[in-house]
This record gives sequence, structure tokens and C-alpha cells, in this order.
Amino acid sequence: MKTDISHTFALAGNPNAGKTTLFNHLTGARQHVGNYPGITVERKEGYVLENGQRIKLVDLPGTYSLTAYSAEELVARDFLVNEKPGVVINIVDASNLERNLYLTAQFLELGVPLVIALNMVDVAKSRGITINTEKLSELLGVPVVPIIARTGIGTKELLATACQVAAGENSWQPLTISYGEDLDATIMQLVAEIERHSFLTERYPARFTAIKYLENDEQLIVLGRDESPTVAAALEAEVNKVSQHLQKTLSVFPEAIIADHRYGYLKSVLRNGVITQTFDSDRLYTSDKIDKVVTNRLLGPIIMLAVLMGLYKFTFSWSELPVVWVEGFFGWLSATLETLLPEGPLRSLIISGIIDGVGGVLGFVPLILFMFFGIALLEDSGYLARVAYMMDRIFRSFGLHGSSVMPFIVSGGIAGGCAVPGVMATRTLRSPKERMATLLTVPFMNCGAKVPVLALLIGAFFTEYKAMMMFLFTMLAWLVALCVAKFLRITFLRGEATPFVMELPPYRYPTLRGLLIHTWERTWQYIKKAGTVILAISILLWAMMTYPGLPSSEQARFTEQRQTLMAAAAPEVVAELADERDHRSEAAVELAEKLTLIDQQEAAAALRLSLAGRIGTALESLSQFAGFDWRTNIALLGGFAAKEVIISTLGTAYSMGEVDPEAPDSLSERLQRSENWNRVIAVSALVFIMFYAPCFVTVACIAKEASWGWAVFSMAFNTIFAFTLAVLVYQVGMLLHLS
Amino acid sequence: MASISLRALPPGQRATISAVTADGELGRRIRDMGLVPGAEITITGRAPLKDPVALKVGTTTLTLRNNEADQIMVAVPH
Repeated sequence: MKTDISHTFALAGNPNAGKTTLFNHLTGARQHVGNYPGITVERKEGYVLENGQRIKLVDLPGTYSLTAYSAEELVARDFLVNEKPGVVINIVDASNLERNLYLTAQFLELGVPLVIALNMVDVAKSRGITINTEKLSELLGVPVVPIIARTGIGTKELLATACQVAAGENSWQPLTISYGEDLDATIMQLVAEIERHSFLTERYPARFTAIKYLENDEQLIVLGRDESPTVAAALEAEVNKVSQHLQKTLSVFPEAIIADHRYGYLKSVLRNGVITQTFDSDRLYTSDKIDKVVTNRLLGPIIMLAVLMGLYKFTFSWSELPVVWVEGFFGWLSATLETLLPEGPLRSLIISGIIDGVGGVLGFVPLILFMFFGIALLEDSGYLARVAYMMDRIFRSFGLHGSSVMPFIVSGGIAGGCAVPGVMATRTLRSPKERMATLLTVPFMNCGAKVPVLALLIGAFFTEYKAMMMFLFTMLAWLVALCVAKFLRITFLRGEATPFVMELPPYRYPTLRGLLIHTWERTWQYIKKAGTVILAISILLWAMMTYPGLPSSEQARFTEQRQTLMAAAAPEVVAELADERDHRSEAAVELAEKLTLIDQQEAAAALRLSLAGRIGTALESLSQFAGFDWRTNIALLGGFAAKEVIISTLGTAYSMGEVDPEAPDSLSERLQRSENWNRVIAVSALVFIMFYAPCFVTVACIAKEASWGWAVFSMAFNTIFAFTLAVLVYQVGMLLHLS
Repeated sequence: MASISLRALPPGQRATISAVTADGELGRRIRDMGLVPGAEITITGRAPLKDPVALKVGTTTLTLRNNEADQIMVAVPH
């Protein structure tokens, strides 16, 4: 059996035509996902074995047209012209033939070797639509194979046909559609000009370039100017001339005429005995009936809230146990290594640096897995598009898009989410600017890691209003996130709102296989991140909190203190400490406590002297304006690693030793008594913690989804913003004597 | 046949698109989605805040905002 790749096939078609279902069916587990270089559009590839030939199948993003509208459409077109796949399998929804064939017509104009996979023939049939595939194939001049992607019917024939086309050594044969007198004449002139100068002909057929110029395709126009400014100028002048003429005589743009003629061409094909419809087309289908209830003006929002709460409950309650298992595993791993490795910097690095850091990140994996599964379910069933539809009006007033809702909710819109899947969920947004504004503001939400910190500080300083404060801070997160998004959209990310011309796909039962693949590929990307960027940052943070460590004179002082204590105690009490007994005498317990206290003091002293401690102390001159002392500063520095770390670091810094983030009662009392804390500082700290730099997992995700530039921007911008707010809270609060 | 803007079309009323006045990216997008002169549409609903609007063209349900609907003219049969 040959293992070389014999052919590359591209899978293309409209969104919701069943492309992904077919791709999953054909490739099964033999697929992998990456991003197209430089952009975040997913690139999916898989392998198919057919008659001993190994075929690479590339799943192109769903597009409505080959004229560049979004990054997806650009990717699809660039792939076709740059990588010239052997065959393009164009998947077409049989129940919606005319609209779907609009893209097909453009493939034909481009001249790619094409096979049409006529999908969902069963659905079409149930709606009374019969399609004469032979006739369609004959009129379009390409093979048409009826299939049902969900069940796999027809996919064998499809592959066989595609292989035949690939073996046919056919050159690209562009189709010529007439665009009416005025445009046909202009196209002829443009084609002559293009051919004379071999302008872009390496990539596009001359006629295709001419049409794209008339359609005012920005990307191609820019490309043309790069290729040859003089030829480009000549073409643009010609297009301008005909455009003005058409405006004057018909008051339309060339692109409108082109679209009309394409649809006209398709109509003439379809009316030629291809399609027979027996039922009344006004029938309400199940999807429409569901929409009558689900997007109803009163019921819609209520159902939406219920669904979102359901997603929340599902994610957080079902993932609870697996999270405990993963944490248990890492706990066991560090305990085992602790006994195996000799004490010293290496053990500290492996346990406190690597396992705690990466383990903390991997601990999220079950949660992310469940969250992505829930989202995939909402996405694949078609509900997510309805949420965007219902929320668009509100989000638009803040410069966002209806599709921004989901990322916000996932990130902690209902307190307790996580910004990491939230950032990843922004992929559903088409416009780069709206997407960026969403991506940069989702970390303001109260994620699951901030909740214990909130609980600690609210519990310590606002005991009597716990629930109300929690609610207020959740509202505050939304308000700030939306306002910052608005601010970004009128400053750094200025730009028009993108159109909301969107399809509401029919409700469908998602296939389990699709859901699992969807969930796994996203989760796997997250896991890979933990192994690279996050590992590096964990080690860095560990080093900052460990080195340079206590000078030997200081160490000697603590050792001496311990020895003095031991010497003062009776020998049998000391012996009691050595063996692990359940019941110790009172004296032994007391001694153990005293020893622990010294250990804690030593840890605190070492922390103060560490690089992080020194930074914390140095920052005091600035942070005092917000009411934070050096210990809080270190905790906040640690919080950059993960917000939960704030509690444990505060614990260490306030000589409390290890503090369990789940049960921070003792720390809470400690803070209440501390003269460095009061109500105003608590609110100031809460505001800062909610809004400052996202944790490094999120930052790494932002870098992955956008760029390192935006990741650094989000760290700097959020921190400055949060600090300004915190200073404001502290100064006003102190002025009004609210402490 | 009266020609009105799509925004003014009452829900449930069947109409035929008579003109798409939008140009540029939005115009192209509208046409790519199948909203071209001659296409029959029906408004199927409005979002809870009355904007965007959902409409049916062929077997597909599309949504667009009111200010986008302003740029589509429809003819209503009497």
C-alpha cells in the first residue's frame, strides 16, 4: 500500500451545508486541526484511503461566495488558487439548491476541477423536492453525486468519482456566464489587457480577475497594485468608467448586475427540469415551529437564561469530580516525587515550579472539556445563532456583535466561568475588530478563580451583605467589560459595525461523533499550550519567588531558634514528633505548633527577600495609593499566574503558611485584624483583582488567538485601568472615612 | 404593487424583493445570501428588542438589522 499522498482534495461549500459532517465521516480520527499561518481561521486536514491511494482532504471554511468578505472566504479562495487542489468537492444542500449553487457558479467561473456532493437528499425529499441529478450534472458540466452525510450514504461513490476526476488530467476549464451587454464588453477589454501583461495569470484565470475587479474585490485590487501599478491603474480606470455609466443609466453598481446574472444563470439551469417541487413552499417546517417559541419576544429571553444556566450547571457540576481526580493525580505525583528526590533546588523546581504550575493549568482540562462539549452542543444544534440574534441589539450599542454574548457568558458572565474557553469561543466572531474587542474584555468577567478571592474578601469585610455584594460585583464586571469594549471600539479598534446578515441554521440533532471531535480538538489545543508557554512561565514565576533566598546568617538564625526550642523540650516529647502517631501529648502538639510558626516566619522572610518580594516592596511606593502593602503586592504578582494563587500567597505572606483556597476562614480573620487592611482597601483590592492583567493561561490564549502584541496590550492596559480604578476607590473611600 | 422598505414589512406578509440599494461589502453580503431582486421573502419574527429581524428566503432563515433592512426594497402584492 502506498503511503505517499496521491491527491489533495478540498472540501468546500456554504456554512450549514453539512461540510463538517462529511469531513468527519470521511476522515474519522485521521484528522488534525491547526491555524492558517498568521490568522486564526482553523485549518482542518484529514486523510482518506481509497483504493490504496492516500488522499489528503482539506476542509475549507464555510463560505457563501468567493469574493472576499471575511477571513474565511479569503482563506478558501487563496487555498484554491495557491495550492491548486486536484479536486474540489463542493457540498451542496439539496433542500436549498439555488442559494447553494451561487458558490458553485463561482467555482465554475474559477475553473477548478469540481465534483458536487448533493447532500441531504432525504431532507429535500421529505419537503417534496426531487432533483434530477443527471440533468443537473449535464447542465453544469460536472459530476453530481447525491449523498446523505449524516449516515454516510453515497460517500463511497463520491470518493470514487472524485478520484476519477483527479485521474482525468483535466486542466482548469473556466465557465463563461454572460453578464449583459455593458459588462460583457468591459470584461472582454479587461481580459485582453490582463492577458497582454500576464497580469496575475499565474494564480487566476484572466476572466476571473476581470470579474473580481468589477465586483470591487478589495483584496484582489490591492494584490493587483502590488503586481503592476500601471496595469492595475488601467483596469481600475476601465472599471470606473463602466461603473459610472451603469450608475447614470441604471443606477446600479456592476457587482449588483453580476449577482443578478449569476442567479439568473442558476434559475435557468434549475428550471430546465432539474428540480420538481410537489408541496407548498409555505409550509412551516419543524425548525420554524421551534423558532416561534424559542425566539419569542417574551419566552425567548427566559428560555435563553434557562439554557445558559443549564450549560453552567452541566459544566461545573459534571466536571467537579474529574477535576478532583486530576488534582488528586498531581497531588499524588508531587507527594511521590517529594519522597524520591533529595531536598534542594531541583526538588523545589520540579514540585513548586513545574508540577504546581502546569498541574494547575491541566487541572482545568476536565472543566474546559465539559464547557466545550456544552458549547459544541449549542453550536451544532443551531441554538447559538439564536442567542446572537436575540442579544445583538444590546451588544451593538457597546460596539460589539450579537455573537459576542457566548464568550462573555463562558468567561464568567454568571460568576464562575473561565476566560480561557471564553477567549477561544471568540472564534465564532467574523469581524476582526469586534472579535478583538470581545477577546480583550472577556477576562474582566468573574471567572471561577476569582470567586474564592471575592468570597474571602467579602466574607472578611462585608459579612452581613455577602449575597448582595457578590451580585453587585457580578454586575460591575458586566458593566466594566461592556464599557471598556465600547471604549476600545471608539479608540484602538475603531471601525464600522459588521453587518448582521446571518443565517439562522435549521435546528439539527448534532451527531455524537461531531461533538466529540469538536470538543477534543479544542481541548487538545489547550493541553498543548500547557506544555509549552505555560511551562516556561511557571518556571520563571517559581524562580522569582524562590531566589535569591535567605542569606546563610538568616538561615542559621532560624535553625538556632528551632534548636533552642528542641533543646528546651523534654527528650520524650521530641521523640514523639519523630514518629507519626495519631495521638500526641499536649506538650508535643504545642512544640509542633511553635516549630511550624518558625517555618512560616522563615518562609515569609525568604519571600520578602526573593525577587518577587523585592519587587513587591519596591512597588509599595506606588501601590500605597491604592492601599496595598508589599505582601498584597506579591499576592497580586502571584495572581498573574492564576488568580487562586492570590489566596495562597496572601497566606504565606501573612505568615499563615499554606492556606486552602476553599476554606480561607483563618486568613479572613487574620486580614480583619491586620492594620494593613480595612473595608476600603478590600473593595480597592477586589476592583483591582477583578480587572487587572488576565492570568497567564488567558494571556497565552490571547497571544495564540490574536498576537503577542495584543497579549502584552491586554496585560498593560488592564493593569493600568484596574490600578486607576483601585486608586480612585481607595482615595475617595478614605476621604469619606468609609473604612 | 407598492414598493416599501423591508423594515416596514409586517410579519407574515409575503413580498418580493424589488431592489437592493446597499453597495460595497454589505450589498455584496446581502446578495451572496440570496437576497436579490425577484426573491420571495416573508418576515418570520423580530428579536425581543424588535431588532434584528428574521426572514425566510426559500428554505433559509436569515437575520438582518433594521438599518440593513432599510436598504432592501420590497414589493407587496395587493
